[in-house]
Amino acid sequence: MRTHSIAVLATVLITGGLARSASIVGAAPPRPPGAAGTISGKVTYTGTPPKMKPIDMAKEPNCVTQHAGAPVLTENVVTGPGNTLRWVLVYISAGDQGSTPATETVRLDQKGCQYIPHVLVLQPNQPLDIYNDDPHSHNIHPLAKLNPEWNRSQPAGAPPIHTKWEQPEFIPVKCNVHPWMHGWHLVVTTSHYAVTGEDGAFTLSGLPAGKYTVTAWQEQFGAQSQDVTISGSETKPVNFVFKATPY
Amino acid sequence: MHEAAVHPHAPPQGFLRTHVFSVDHKVIGKQYLDLALVAVCTGMVLSWLMRLHLAWPTAAIPGLDKLSPNGAAGGVITPEYYLSLMTMHGTIMVFFVLTTAPFAGFGNYFLPLQVGAEDMAFPRINMTSFWVTLVAFLVLISSFFVADGPALSGWTAYAPLSAVGKDAGPGQGLGQTLWAISIAIFCVAQLLGALNFIATTLDLRTKGMSLARMPFSTWAWFITAVIGLIAFAVLMPACILLILDRVAGTSFFIPSGLVISDRLQPHSGGSPLLWQHLFWFFGHPEVYIAILPGFGIISHILPVFARKPLLGPRAMIGCLIAIAFLSYTVWGHHMFLSGMNPFSATLFSVPTLIITIPATIVTLLWIGTIYGAKLRFTTPALFCLGFVSVFVSGGISGFFLAQPSIDTYLHGTYFVVGHFHFVMGVAAMFGIFAGTYFWFPKMFGRMMNETLGKWHFWLTFIGVYCVFMPMHYLGLAGNVRRYSAFTDDYLKPLIPLHRFITIAALFTGAAQLIFLFNLIRSRFRGPKAPDNPWEATTLEWATTSPPPFDNFGGKPPVVQRGPNEYGVAGAGGADYLMQAAPEPAPAR
Amino acid sequence: MGKLFAVVLTIITVVATAIFVMRVWWLPADISVHGPWIDHQLMETMLSSGILFVVSQLALALFVWKSGDRREGRKIKIFPGGAVPMVVLATVLVGAEILALTFVGSKVWASIYQTPPDPNSLAIDVQAEQFAFYFRYPGADGKFGGIHPELMNEASQNFFGLDPAHDTAARDDIVVPTLAIPVNRPVLLTLRAKDVNHAFYVPELRIQQDFVPGLVIPLHFTATQPGKYELVCTQLCGLGHYNMRAYVEVMPQEQFDQWLKQQAAQQ
Repeated sequence: MRTHSIAVLATVLITGGLARSASIVGAAPPRPPGAAGTISGKVTYTGTPPKMKPIDMAKEPNCVTQHAGAPVLTENVVTGPGNTLRWVLVYISAGDQGSTPATETVRLDQKGCQYIPHVLVLQPNQPLDIYNDDPHSHNIHPLAKLNPEWNRSQPAGAPPIHTKWEQPEFIPVKCNVHPWMHGWHLVVTTSHYAVTGEDGAFTLSGLPAGKYTVTAWQEQFGAQSQDVTISGSETKPVNFVFKATPY
Repeated sequence: MHEAAVHPHAPPQGFLRTHVFSVDHKVIGKQYLDLALVAVCTGMVLSWLMRLHLAWPTAAIPGLDKLSPNGAAGGVITPEYYLSLMTMHGTIMVFFVLTTAPFAGFGNYFLPLQVGAEDMAFPRINMTSFWVTLVAFLVLISSFFVADGPALSGWTAYAPLSAVGKDAGPGQGLGQTLWAISIAIFCVAQLLGALNFIATTLDLRTKGMSLARMPFSTWAWFITAVIGLIAFAVLMPACILLILDRVAGTSFFIPSGLVISDRLQPHSGGSPLLWQHLFWFFGHPEVYIAILPGFGIISHILPVFARKPLLGPRAMIGCLIAIAFLSYTVWGHHMFLSGMNPFSATLFSVPTLIITIPATIVTLLWIGTIYGAKLRFTTPALFCLGFVSVFVSGGISGFFLAQPSIDTYLHGTYFVVGHFHFVMGVAAMFGIFAGTYFWFPKMFGRMMNETLGKWHFWLTFIGVYCVFMPMHYLGLAGNVRRYSAFTDDYLKPLIPLHRFITIAALFTGAAQLIFLFNLIRSRFRGPKAPDNPWEATTLEWATTSPPPFDNFGGKPPVVQRGPNEYGVAGAGGADYLMQAAPEPAPAR
Repeated sequence: MGKLFAVVLTIITVVATAIFVMRVWWLPADISVHGPWIDHQLMETMLSSGILFVVSQLALALFVWKSGDRREGRKIKIFPGGAVPMVVLATVLVGAEILALTFVGSKVWASIYQTPPDPNSLAIDVQAEQFAFYFRYPGADGKFGGIHPELMNEASQNFFGLDPAHDTAARDDIVVPTLAIPVNRPVLLTLRAKDVNHAFYVPELRIQQDFVPGLVIPLHFTATQPGKYELVCTQLCGLGHYNMRAYVEVMPQEQFDQWLKQQAAQQ
C-alpha cells in the first residue's frame, strides 16, 4: 500500500497545471468562461473484497453509545451495491491546466471516534481546521514523510487546530488513542479532483481542451491511470476497475 | 592524614573568582543549594499544574499556552503535556533537588568544616562538578522549549518508549534525547563530586579526627559518596546506550518486530529489561543517596536540641553502612511484575525486607534519643521530629511493596506514589529544611526568623500528611498512577479525593513561600549570628559565622573527642563539650 | 510546643488509622481464586505494620510531650538499657515479622506466578499496543495463526499481523477488544506487546503483569464472579496511557460459547 502511494506521489509531484475545475467535495468553484470538457465515470472492483468489519469501540463507551444500533464499519475498503468502490480519489495527475490554489478552509471532524471525512482532499497551503466534537480527548497523528510529521492531542474543549500542508503528499492519519481511527489527507496540486461516493461515481469538470492523465487511487488497492484527450465541451466517460482480494 | 592540608590557594580576588567561579567549597556548597532552590521551585510549580489538571481536567490554566502552544492549547493541558510535566517534576526533584541539596550542597559546605579541613581535596574538580551539574540542569530545562515538548516517559525512562524516537509520540523526539544527555552529564558531575567527598573524608581529617570521632552527618555524606560512585557509574553508560539507540541506530534496549505508529521499527536484538535492570541498579541506591544525608543531618541535629547524646552512635553508623550495602541487592523489587523470572522476585524481596531492620533500628534510636530529653523546640528541632514521623509513615508502606504477592495488587498505583513521596521526598525535604534552619547562621552569619520558621513547619507538617496519606487510600482502591485523567468507571468515584489532595497541595505549596521569604529576608536582615548559636559540639561551630576563606583562620583545630558530648559537664556551666575544646577541669 | 506537636501527631495518627480501619476507601470485590490469598497477606501486613505505625508515632508523640518538661534542675534520662536491647529487640521482632511474611507471602506469590497453568485452561492471546488491548481466541481449529509484524494494519483491523492469505490457522482467529471469559474456568493468557511496555491490571482479579516487547509472558487465573470489570494499563506507555483500557466480561460457560459464536460470525 505504501509503495503505491509513493508511486502516486511521484506522479503528483511532477504534475503542474493551471486549469480550474470542480470537485464533488466542497463547494464548486466558479467555472471559467469558454468551452470546457468533463470526465466522468465509475470506480468498481472485480473479485472478492475484504469484509467491512464492524469496529468495536468498547474502550470508549461514549463512542459506543453514539453508534448504538449501527456500529461503524472499517473504511479501508468500502463497497456499494453493484461492486462500486467508495473513498477513491480520482484526479488529474498529468497534463493539468487551469488549476488555481484553493483558499477556503477545509474542516476535519473527530466525531464518534471517526475521522469525518475519512478521505480529505486538499491543495498545498489550503487552510485546514481540525475539530474535536467528542467529549473526550483525541490525538491526531499524520504520518507525513515529505511534510513535517506531527502528533498532538486535542482534549475535549480545546480550541480547533489550525494547520495546513505545504507539499503534495498522500498522508495517512491516525489517532494514537483510538487505534481504529484512520483517515487520509490527500494533498494534490490540481483542483480537478473528486472522491467517489457510495455509488462509485465521479465527475471532473471544467477541463480545458488538452491531453490528460487521470488517476484513481484507493488506499488499499493502489493507483490506476488512464490517458484522456479533451477537445472542447464534451463529456468523456472513464471507468476504473480494481482487482480485489479478500485478504 | 593527621595534619590538615595546607590550603593551596590564597584568598581569591575579584567578584568572579570569589562568588562565581570559586574553588572555595563553601561558595560551591551555596551554589549547589541555590541551584536546588531554583530546581525545587520549578518542580513544585510543575506538581501544582499536575494536581490542578488531575482535579479539574478540562480547566484552562491562564498563560500556560504561552509556555507551550502545543502542549496546552487554550490553557488546557493535553495528556502528553501532563506526562511531560510529570517526567520533568520527577527528574528535577530526584536529581537536582534530592541529590543536589542534601548531599552536594550541605555536604560540600560542611564536610570539610566538620573534619577540620581547609577545603575539599580537589577544589578545582569540585568547582567543575558544580558547573557540570548546572549544564545538566540547563540542558534538561531547555527541553521545555523544543517543538515536541519535554520527555514524557517518566523519570525512569523505560525503554523502548524512551528509545525508539518520535514515533512513540510527542516528547519522545528531541525532548527525550535532551533528557538522556542531561542525565549523562549529571552523572559526570556526581562521579567527580563523590570522588572528592571520599578523598576529603579519608585524607583531610584534622589531627585527632579519627573515623570514630566523625560527626554523623560526615559519616552519612561519606557513605552516600560511596553509594553514588557505584550507582552513577552504572547510570552514565546506561544513558549513553540510550542515546546511541536514539540517534545512532543501535538496539541495546529495542527488540525486533516492534510496530509503532504503523511503522515497523528498524531495530532488533535488544532487551527492554536490560534498561530496567541498569536503571534500577542505579535507581534504588539513588533513593538512599537522597535519604542517607537526611539520616546524617537528623542524627547530627537531634542531639543538639535534645541536649543529650544520640542513642547508640555506633549502631547508627553500622546501620547506615548496612543500608548502603543492602541498597545494591534490592533493585529488582521495582521489577517484580516486569516479566523477569518470577523466582527472582523472592530473591529480591528478602533483602528488601531485611533493609527494614536497620531502618527500624535507626528510627528507634532517634525516638530513644528523644526519650527523657530536654528538647529545645527550635525550627530545626521541629523539622527533625517531623522527619522521624514522616519517615515512619513512608517506611511502613514499604512492608507492603516489598512483598511480591501484595505488590501484585499495589504495583503501579498511588500507594507507591504515597510511599516514595513520604519516604524519600518529604522525609528528605524535612532533612533539608532542618539543615537549612540549623546551618543558615553558619553560612550567612545571620539567624533565620523563628516565628516564620515555626509557621512554616506546622503548615508543612500538616499539609504533607493531607497530600500524601490519602494517596495510600487511593492505591488501595486500585487508583493507577501516571494517569492524566481518570476516565475509567471505577476511578471516577475517587475524583473528590483527588480534589482534596490538590487543594492540600496548593496550600502546602503556598506555605513554602513563607520559607522562601524567610530565607531571603534573613540573608540580609536577620539578626547577627554568634559562632555557636545552638551550643553544638562539632567543628563547624568552632569557627566564625560565616567561616573565613580557609575555614579556621590558619589554625586547624585539634580534635579531642567525638561529636556526641551532650548532657555532660562542660566549661562554664555548659552542658556540652566541643570536639576541639581542651579537657575541662574535673568537676568538683 | 512539645505538647502541641504530640497532640497534632496523635490526631494525624488516629485519623489516618481510622480511615484504614473504617475502610472508607478500600479494595474492590475479590473475584479470583487466588485473590483471597493476596487479600489475606495484605491484611496480615496491614495489621502488623499498622501496629508498628501507631506504636512508633505515639511513642514519638509521648516522648516529645514529656521532654518538653521545663522543671528546674530536671536531668536528662537515657533510654532504659541503652541502645543494645533496642537493637536486639528490633532485629528479633522485625526479623520475625519479615520471616513470617516471607514464608507465607512467597507461597502466595509462587502459587500465582510460579505454578504451571491448568492443562484445561482456555488459551487467549493478548496484545497490548498504544493505546488499546486486543484479544485473540483460536477459533474452531483451536490453533492460533502466526504473527507477522509487517502485516499489522489497524485500518483493516489486522491488529495481530495475521496472514489469512497464506496461513489457514489464522483465518478463523477471533480478534476482539473485550476480554470475555467463562466463570470458574482457568484462563491462560499470553501477553505480547506490539510497541512499548504496557501492563495488565484488573483490580478485582488481583492480578497485574507487565507486557514487554520481545517477550511472550504467560499469565493464568480463574475468575469466580460473573460481571463486567475494567482492565487498565499500569505501565507508562505514552500519551494515551490514561485511556488505555478494556472491559473484562466474566460470564457463564453457555453464554460465553454463544458470545464466541457471535464474534466469529463478525470476523
